[in-house]
Amino acid sequence: MSDDQYEEDLDLNSLSDEDLTVQMHDDLYDGMEDEIAEGTEILLGRGWLPDRVLNEALVGGMNIVGIDFRDGILFVPEVLMAANAMKAGMKILRPLLAETGALPVGKAVIGTVKGDIHDIGKNLVSMMWEGAGFEVIDLGINCPVEKYLAALEEHKPDILGMSALLTTTMPYMKVVIDTMKEQGIRDDFIILVGGAPLNEEFGDAVGADAYCRDAAVAVETAKKFIAEKRAA
Amino acid sequence: MQPASLLVITCGAIAREVMAVAKSSGWQHLKVTQIPAELHNRPEKIPAAVEERLATYAADYDHVFAAFGDCGTGGQLDKVLQRYNIKRLSGAHCYEFYSGSENFAAMAEYELGTFYLTDYLAKHFEQLIMEGMGLNKHPQLIEMMFAHYTKLVYLVQEPNRQLDHFAQAAATKLGLKYERVETGYGQMAEELATHYSNYTEQVIKWPS
Repeated sequence: MSDDQYEEDLDLNSLSDEDLTVQMHDDLYDGMEDEIAEGTEILLGRGWLPDRVLNEALVGGMNIVGIDFRDGILFVPEVLMAANAMKAGMKILRPLLAETGALPVGKAVIGTVKGDIHDIGKNLVSMMWEGAGFEVIDLGINCPVEKYLAALEEHKPDILGMSALLTTTMPYMKVVIDTMKEQGIRDDFIILVGGAPLNEEFGDAVGADAYCRDAAVAVETAKKFIAEKRAA
Repeated sequence: MQPASLLVITCGAIAREVMAVAKSSGWQHLKVTQIPAELHNRPEKIPAAVEERLATYAADYDHVFAAFGDCGTGGQLDKVLQRYNIKRLSGAHCYEFYSGSENFAAMAEYELGTFYLTDYLAKHFEQLIMEGMGLNKHPQLIEMMFAHYTKLVYLVQEPNRQLDHFAQAAATKLGLKYERVETGYGQMAEELATHYSNYTEQVIKWPS
């Protein structure tokens, strides 16, 4: 929806913090990039810390999007538009969050497997993991096992995430995990897998720690495993 | 003795082609039933849709065959078919069984970022892709969804100048190079013929 299509000329500055947060949830839901960027700047200008803007205005809004996607109310195009809007806010917050020096909740490496060029879901997970406080190293698409292993060696993440959208490429996840087993490093990492043709049974069969059916589940699952790892 | 009756369950996106193969082959005692072609964009719904059709119709026929590939269900469609002891076409999807598995593997390996159209998808590109994926409403999604695609290949079952035009227009809209490959009904026709001859008492000779 463009500015021209607003029925009322809404001045975000005129809204209270609470009302602005709710409005940003609505704007995120409607994929309104410019309004999210403006709302982010306004909240920061009012003294909100960057992580509060991130958690309450952006992640809070994306959680609503995630629930409605799961319930079949929203579909992939709407989710992508919402993600685009969130990216507009993240672009402003990212350097400010880095300045705070806050330690990440955990570190994750993520990539789409070899032979597969689809990355929409992976990008959503990357963004939501980042929103949840993870440091995310995104390897991109068409990742052979060597690329995953090199990243695990270099970055020593807590989590390895693998994505596939094709029935023909998802078996490659087992190649990666089996290679990790051969090298004796499988248990050094939490392995989460996802993608449209996957399911829990597949995740178990290839030896992953968990299958994540959408970005919201990927966040909750990552946090759960990190908490268990820290407690151990 | 009454010849065996065969039900072919298929996707709306290839039903016309399945019926064309059956008609040109003169097959008798065969019925084709289909699930909505829109499920091409919602593969997670295909297994349930197929099972609903099977539950409704399968018992009325001597044999049932599924003119499907895996179709992005990650093996879930196969689980449904196994419950009914039904075989399907080999291959991951219609692109593969029109092209032939070896040809498709070669195309995919040559250029990973290839978007495929069939006759049906070329004809219904606007509805299924541009409208169905929200690309008309949000043109910025084209870049997000097709960033890693470089080529559109139109797999031609029945040559048609209007469909050629639609397919070329689709490539232009998505910002992709265009290529046209005539497949005919390919591997699909061969496998349908094999299954038909296995399940009836009539000997069918494939037209040369």
